[in-house]
Amino acid sequence: MAAAAIAATLASPLLVVLASWRHPAGDVWRHLWRTQLLELVVNTLLLAAGVGVGTLVVGAGLAWLVAAFEFPGRRLFEWALVLPLAMPAYVIGFAFLALFDFAGPVQSTLRRLAGPGVRLPELRSGWGVVTMMTLVFYPYVYVLARVAFREHGGAALEAARSLGQSPARAFTAVILPLARPSLVAGVALAIMEALADFGTVSTFGYRTLTEAVYRVWTGMFDRVAATQVASVLLVLVLTVLLLERALRGGRRFTGGERRGGFPRIPLRGRRALGAMAACTGVLALAFILPLGELVVWALDVGPDERPGRGFVGLVASTFLLAAASAVLVCLLALVLAYARRLRPSRTATVSAQFSSLGYALPGAVIAVGVLGPIAWLDGVLAAVAERTLGHRLGLLLTGSTAAVLFAYAVRFVAVGYQTTDAALARIPPSLDEAARSLGVSMRAVLRRVHLPLMRGGMLSALTLIWVETIKELPATLLLRPFGIKTLAIEVWERTSESLWAEAALPALAIVAVGLVPLLIATRLDGGRR
Amino acid sequence: MVFVLVLAALAGLAGQPAAAGATEHVVIYSARHYGQEPAFDAFTQATGIQVKMLNGDAGQIFERLKAEGDKTPADLLLTVDAGNLWNAARAGLLAPVSSGELTKNIPAHLRDPDSRWFGLTLRARTIMYNPKKVAASELSTYEALGDPKWKGRLCLRTSSYIYNQSMLATFIRRHGEPRTEEIVRRWVANQPTLINGDTKILEAIAAGQCDVGLANSYYLARMLKKDAATPVALFWANQLTTGTHVNVSGAGVTAHAKNRANAIRLLEFLSGLPAQQMFADTSLEYPVNPRAEVNAIVKAWGPFKQDELNVAAAGEFQAAATRLADRAGYK
Repeated sequence: MAAAAIAATLASPLLVVLASWRHPAGDVWRHLWRTQLLELVVNTLLLAAGVGVGTLVVGAGLAWLVAAFEFPGRRLFEWALVLPLAMPAYVIGFAFLALFDFAGPVQSTLRRLAGPGVRLPELRSGWGVVTMMTLVFYPYVYVLARVAFREHGGAALEAARSLGQSPARAFTAVILPLARPSLVAGVALAIMEALADFGTVSTFGYRTLTEAVYRVWTGMFDRVAATQVASVLLVLVLTVLLLERALRGGRRFTGGERRGGFPRIPLRGRRALGAMAACTGVLALAFILPLGELVVWALDVGPDERPGRGFVGLVASTFLLAAASAVLVCLLALVLAYARRLRPSRTATVSAQFSSLGYALPGAVIAVGVLGPIAWLDGVLAAVAERTLGHRLGLLLTGSTAAVLFAYAVRFVAVGYQTTDAALARIPPSLDEAARSLGVSMRAVLRRVHLPLMRGGMLSALTLIWVETIKELPATLLLRPFGIKTLAIEVWERTSESLWAEAALPALAIVAVGLVPLLIATRLDGGRR
Repeated sequence: MVFVLVLAALAGLAGQPAAAGATEHVVIYSARHYGQEPAFDAFTQATGIQVKMLNGDAGQIFERLKAEGDKTPADLLLTVDAGNLWNAARAGLLAPVSSGELTKNIPAHLRDPDSRWFGLTLRARTIMYNPKKVAASELSTYEALGDPKWKGRLCLRTSSYIYNQSMLATFIRRHGEPRTEEIVRRWVANQPTLINGDTKILEAIAAGQCDVGLANSYYLARMLKKDAATPVALFWANQLTTGTHVNVSGAGVTAHAKNRANAIRLLEFLSGLPAQQMFADTSLEYPVNPRAEVNAIVKAWGPFKQDELNVAAAGEFQAAATRLADRAGYK
């Protein structure tokens, strides 16, 4: 019941999006069809495929490396590889352009050394966008895969090796299938995020459906048609998600219960160097390089552009919103995922999946979608108050923290749902049955059996949503009350005027505030072992 | 427990209501985020009226204004681009204002013919070039950038960019669609490097990636302010023909303003000399008020002839311009 109510509430902005089809916009569609629709769809699919494969290879590969092998620096890398998550995609994109563009220091130096004709491949292209997004979104896969590998990989690896199999064979034959729900969840999140992204694709001039949404909206002043274009993304993502579920079918991917004591295989010599190089390389590109660029920009700023007294309040409100969002969204997601486990039905699956699609939509579209139901509710409240109390109410919900949190829930419940669902999927139902047969209530099973086993997954969910909230812009911008501002808004106010140097300091603060939960989660997680 | 505390703290954060007690105030929804604060402070000092501002993205903040309807706290809508202002007026979000002060301070082509919005700063989009590679005598008009001699030497911003859309919209108003499409097709035939960001275009010109490009003048002014030796020069386009394309950032009083009188006072103040001077000095744009002085960096480019079509054309023909760019293959 509770789950159904949550799913319906979260789905309401999505229904607003779909309702855009009531108003015909055939004219815009005909224009798109004649000029670019094919290109948009192909580009969007290529982006999704590229980011999917890229994050899977990088994320799962690195997770396996730090989970199964021992090499110098492994412990450091294990948590450091999560860091790029704190870097907003548009920031890394801009830092890379600044460094590797024709006018940037790298190419300028190259031209000086090797002649004026020397050029690097153009970063403003499909592969450039895929690279940027892989670098910032691989941690979704990494975080989820690492938990899965650690929880169940050890026993599987040991068993496989005792049967005389190589670690590589054990990885592909046993561990990958076991981790499949987690890997799929991570890749799905990365792809949805890539599809919803506007900042990077517009900076890199790569035309996707999301880019078209904004072009139709701001260039043709046609929000209805823009919303229709956005709804195509919904259908696309829902198809992929349900397809994967169908392919996974009735197969269960639960593993043994062995925890801790992972028998890591020591690497030596060239192999150890290779492992270190892989970790360092990814970390350098995805985190250290953009961070360095931000620091250089921040130092370049004159004294009157430095943050004033307001900055502390800015950090505080960002922090509070992120904490509230993480807890709220995580709880909602847990209810959704748990309801599906208690009563697995097609309806439960589809409705949970549908209500979490807000993640794949451009943020601005979702924000306006949220505005609809909120303003409607405000109208109802005002009417009721006027009739019963004879009192004229102002706007209670429109432009309130509640509206902002609601939007976060719509937007990020996917992160919580995918993560907790994957964690739940790894717990064998035989455990539930055993506990129930001992006369334990379902609530107690959740508290005493599932939650402790899901600890890693829940921590990941909290961390991911926290970081997402800090980076979120359109919904916060549109729905916030007066006086509330976040670091992301501070960055945007400057970047929208091309003042990148002036935006560097708040951007650094975003990274710093995002790092807090990452470090805490690692700490808590580490204390367990 | 923690959650309750957090919620309580958030409620505290939200506890500053939009209407701040009995003091005189004016509430602004703004999609222009830079360079106006000093002018607002001066307004408060001069009148005692508090200015409360909520920043947002133009397209989205219109939706909020629409959704809030007659309950909106906003008195004034401030935004960049005449097309945005035109669109807000068309959606019925702005109410007409009749003020002799405003008509006196702001030239007629920079405000709504129906007085629902008023330009406050002027943004000129013109030709930028690398003086080491191009002589000013080689340059003339926007149209002439389609000349084959610029093949591979031209940098343009993507057509999705609102100032490009508005520029093409005014071209359509002046030349009609077929001729404008021909102009754009000739640009595209020169295989321009498409770069998202006016500053990036100027950097590309300085580094020699391209020799000419189009950008708003204040971006160059900001670069010159940081480094006076930047090898990029400005050329006033179409001086012998239609004049250089200009756009505005501006404002209008909302249809359901609760503090309409204060909002009008603020508008009048912003079009007056002291505020116009501040705009000119902080954002390095041109003041709309012809009596205000431009900044010294800007002054070095000399006076120029503006295209005196009413900037409302930017909105009227914006959708047509976007479609035209798509048809012409201008990405």
